[in-house]
Amino acid sequence: MRLRYLGLALVSIFVASWAAAQSGGGDQRRTGYQDMSAPLQQMEDDDTANPGMLFVQAGEILWNAPAGKANKACADCHSAVDKSMKGVAARYPAFAKDTDTLVDLDGRINLCRTGQQQADALKPESQDILALSAYVTRASRGLPIAPPADPRLVKVRAEGEVLFKRREGQLNLSCANCHDDNAGRKLAGATIPQGHPTAYPVYRSEWQTVGSLQRRLRNCMIGMRSEPYAYNSAEYVALEAYLMDRAKGLKIESPGIRP
Amino acid sequence: MANALINAPKTAKRGDTIEIKALILHPMETGFRPGTNGRMIPRNIIEHFSARWNGEEIFAMTFSPAIAANPFVSFFTVAKESGKIDFLWTGDEDFRVTESVAITVT
Ligand code: HEC
Ligand code: HEC
Repeated sequence: MRLRYLGLALVSIFVASWAAAQSGGGDQRRTGYQDMSAPLQQMEDDDTANPGMLFVQAGEILWNAPAGKANKACADCHSAVDKSMKGVAARYPAFAKDTDTLVDLDGRINLCRTGQQQADALKPESQDILALSAYVTRASRGLPIAPPADPRLVKVRAEGEVLFKRREGQLNLSCANCHDDNAGRKLAGATIPQGHPTAYPVYRSEWQTVGSLQRRLRNCMIGMRSEPYAYNSAEYVALEAYLMDRAKGLKIESPGIRP
Repeated sequence: MANALINAPKTAKRGDTIEIKALILHPMETGFRPGTNGRMIPRNIIEHFSARWNGEEIFAMTFSPAIAANPFVSFFTVAKESGKIDFLWTGDEDFRVTESVAITVT
């Protein structure tokens, strides 16, 4: 049903003239939060009404639970999350210090699962990875997105930018067609956001659960009738790195709410 | 993994009307949806929620399959005496979660 609406809405996008180039001084960036209705904003702001907090709570339990052959808890090595993980989510994707591999936050957590705890990697979008990720990200709530200066990331971001601006899929659209050229306009009932990743992991009412940024990107790709990448693929991590850089300085709001 | 969040005032004046909010993690699977294999996903919902203030029931509700996942319930009650408010959710697949909060009434 959503696809049909999308088709209709796309026609109107193409008929209408492309948005005028953004001009003038000042930061023109807006987060999806600013485009949400007041009741949804209140739901996000109230920790006892925000269902994302249920995952944060679940993450706290996992953080303190010994796991794997090493029988170690995250807390055994990292102590309290509000100290050790403050600002961490704001700088991923990054190259992991101990293994030199490029990972997003969920990938980093899984490196610790497999390498440090000697446990199985957590499956993409499983409740446990979302809970741990939400718990770690919450320690950065309110902090500005701060991608690392690591020169190796320059190439990764450039790859992400290519993917963002490249037309693809049966509708021959790029991410930029919506999130750069038509942000603020309507796609059926939804306001097209600028596409900043401040809210992730996010509680999305349409999903009725928490999901990762990769799940969000997968949704957009299905909307473009393009073949979504596999979870944890280099393409998603490159897109995430580009999006984080594009949103540099905007504040982390996870666990966010989105319609 | 069951968990819940309660929002209730820690203190209240006798006779005050207070709001209590309760949020719980639950899929509220309707029983009317086919899974990716085409077969129906069995119903798995919370059937009943209640709140007791020092043992006396102050609020109860029966849930239906049309209620969204992670149900959020908000209700009002009148503060009478200090003590404990106990919450109980029960449902399909032997779902049973309890939670309680203390409240001081002056
Ligand atoms: C046809 C227009 C369209 C295209 C093309 C598109 N998106 Fe989106 N995107 C949307 C809409 C609409 C939403 C908001 C959906 C909602 O709130 O229900 C969204 C949401 C997002 C968000 C979440 C923003 C937030 O505030 O939570 C991100 C990030 C995003 N898109 C990235 C991408 C990327 C990356 C691509 C390319 C792979 C892409 N999108 C392609 C329309 C599009
Ligand atoms: C046996 C010790 C150990 C355990 C257990 C462990 N980690 Fe780690 N963790 C490390 C080391 C070592 C590093 C890499 C060095 C660094 O970044 O400081 C690291 C790095 C991280 C980072 C990146 C920190 C940064 O500053 O970039 C995150 C996030 C993280 N771990 C999360 C977790 C989570 C979640 C768990 C539990 C599932 C966990 N870790 C379990 C040792 C551990």
